Amino acid sequence: MIDVRGLSKRYGSTVAVDGLSFEVAPGRVTGFLGPNGAGKSTTMRLILGLDAPNAGTATVNGTTYRGRRFPMHEVGALLDAQALHPGRSAFHHLLSLAQSNRIGRRRVDEVLGLVGLTDVAGRRAGPFSLGMKQRLGIAGVMLGDPEILLFDEPVTGLDPEGIVWIRNLFHRLAAEGRTVFVSSHLMSEMALTAQHLVVIGRGKLIADDSIDRITAGAGSRVRVLSPQREELARVLTNEGATVQTEDGALSVTGFDAARVGDLAAGHGITLHELTPQRASLEEAFFELTEDSVEYHGGEPRWPGSKMGAKR
Amino acid sequence: MAGVEDGSEAMSTDTTVAAPEPATEVAERRPSPHGAVLPAVVHTEWTKLRSVRSTVWSLVATIGITVGLGMLFCFAYTRRFDRLGLRERLTFDPTAQSLRGLFLAQLAIGVLGVLVISSEHATGLIRTTLTAIPQRRVVLAAKAIVFGVIAAVVTTIAVFIAFFAGQAVLDTKQLGVAIGDPHVLRAVLGAAVYLTFVGLLGLAIGTIVRRTAGAIATLVGVVLVLPLLAQALPSPWNDDIAKFLPGGIGTSLFSVRSVADRLSPAAALVVAVLWLAGTFAIATVLISRRDA
Repeated sequence: MIDVRGLSKRYGSTVAVDGLSFEVAPGRVTGFLGPNGAGKSTTMRLILGLDAPNAGTATVNGTTYRGRRFPMHEVGALLDAQALHPGRSAFHHLLSLAQSNRIGRRRVDEVLGLVGLTDVAGRRAGPFSLGMKQRLGIAGVMLGDPEILLFDEPVTGLDPEGIVWIRNLFHRLAAEGRTVFVSSHLMSEMALTAQHLVVIGRGKLIADDSIDRITAGAGSRVRVLSPQREELARVLTNEGATVQTEDGALSVTGFDAARVGDLAAGHGITLHELTPQRASLEEAFFELTEDSVEYHGGEPRWPGSKMGAKR
Repeated sequence: MAGVEDGSEAMSTDTTVAAPEPATEVAERRPSPHGAVLPAVVHTEWTKLRSVRSTVWSLVATIGITVGLGMLFCFAYTRRFDRLGLRERLTFDPTAQSLRGLFLAQLAIGVLGVLVISSEHATGLIRTTLTAIPQRRVVLAAKAIVFGVIAAVVTTIAVFIAFFAGQAVLDTKQLGVAIGDPHVLRAVLGAAVYLTFVGLLGLAIGTIVRRTAGAIATLVGVVLVLPLLAQALPSPWNDDIAKFLPGGIGTSLFSVRSVADRLSPAAALVVAVLWLAGTFAIATVLISRRDA
């Protein structure tokens, strides 16, 4: 269980995280989404006690991270897969981490096998591909067999096979009852990986809900075809719906399909098509974060390039 | 620094405010290992140091520089000896001559001390380290213990080889001294103490400055440039200040002859300890308070 309450963090005059509150529950994969510079990485650093908040608290299993002894047995975190000494071998990187938390050498070999890096364990990690570094970072997270796992953009640099592998890993970890908190800028990936979403923009909470409800609630439309188009549009607008014309059809927001059909029948209007249209996660996300995108590229765009306020 | 700013603007956003909560409910679902953290982290730091080739080479270079330059200076002296006046011959310190390589070796070991922590900042590894070991002071202590011991062992080996090799060169003109002669052993050991001191000073400066280039520049400034600036001051301030600077401490520690306007070896050792206490105190406060 991760519990974030009223968390705020400023760097100089820049507000990175602004009164953020949410919980990450065990037993499911929670996606952490937001445009570049929204404060995802900062929030993770605050949870891990790497940065100190200006206000609010972040606790893991009820206590702040800072005072922990041998925390890898309880919490595992991968913030930056590139954070390696380029001259140190994969094995020694993991061994040095393991020793700090009194984890045995045999477990190092185990996690190397788990992520498929056994054959390159003795090689210097510097020339590894980003995908291999991600696997090495995941191996480091798994060393202590933690019940709470945090990953910052873990899919970056993985090939399709690696993405499927990591998705299955997250599902398995969550199914074992662990808390899995994953930030990503890949909406489509989150749709397949996460069951729950915490969405932030400009350091503020935008949504904290299941994926199903986020896509259902945001941007749902009803497509209507009718020979009496103008009349129907007038009726719907008078009742308070928002109506747009698209390719000769009406696109209605604000009412569900049943209400549109009832209104048409009540006014004796013939319908040729009545289709509820559910927004994709991308569209839902666009709608949620439109006002809070930090770096506009002409028009709001998502996902953006990886150039953001990464530190 | 950023961590101690007040959060007055952000306070209105939620009911809970900065105060770190006491550990009300510790959820220990899995058994965590017992015992002290420091020995485990010492183990980690030892693995880190020995598993990077550049560390090993830096230590070899420190030995090579100390021995090689020492022999070179001794050889040059024997070539010059016949032309020297009586006064120069009388004030000659064969032990110090064989340890002249220290002036360069101190930079090699000092830079290595800087890199012990600054390389983790450069790669971002420091955040992995501090996530695995949230007790930041323990991290710094473990680094100081492991690097301090390695530096002491390696520089002791270096100065003894340099001493015996240098005396062998000087003995070609019957100029060498024996390790059992008065104050000689103290001076040779003092040289190792001085090099270890500079190495640890590098680690403290690396912790404070964090960036490699800036930390190395600061170290060079303290060790090499400050004495020059001090010498530019009017007498007697120049000597009064210079003897408390690292260079002056070094001269006191590895000179067999007592040098005018320098501290006694024992006093110099105390001042060296005070330098480390002061810089590590600052480093400890900063590593605990700063955002990683």
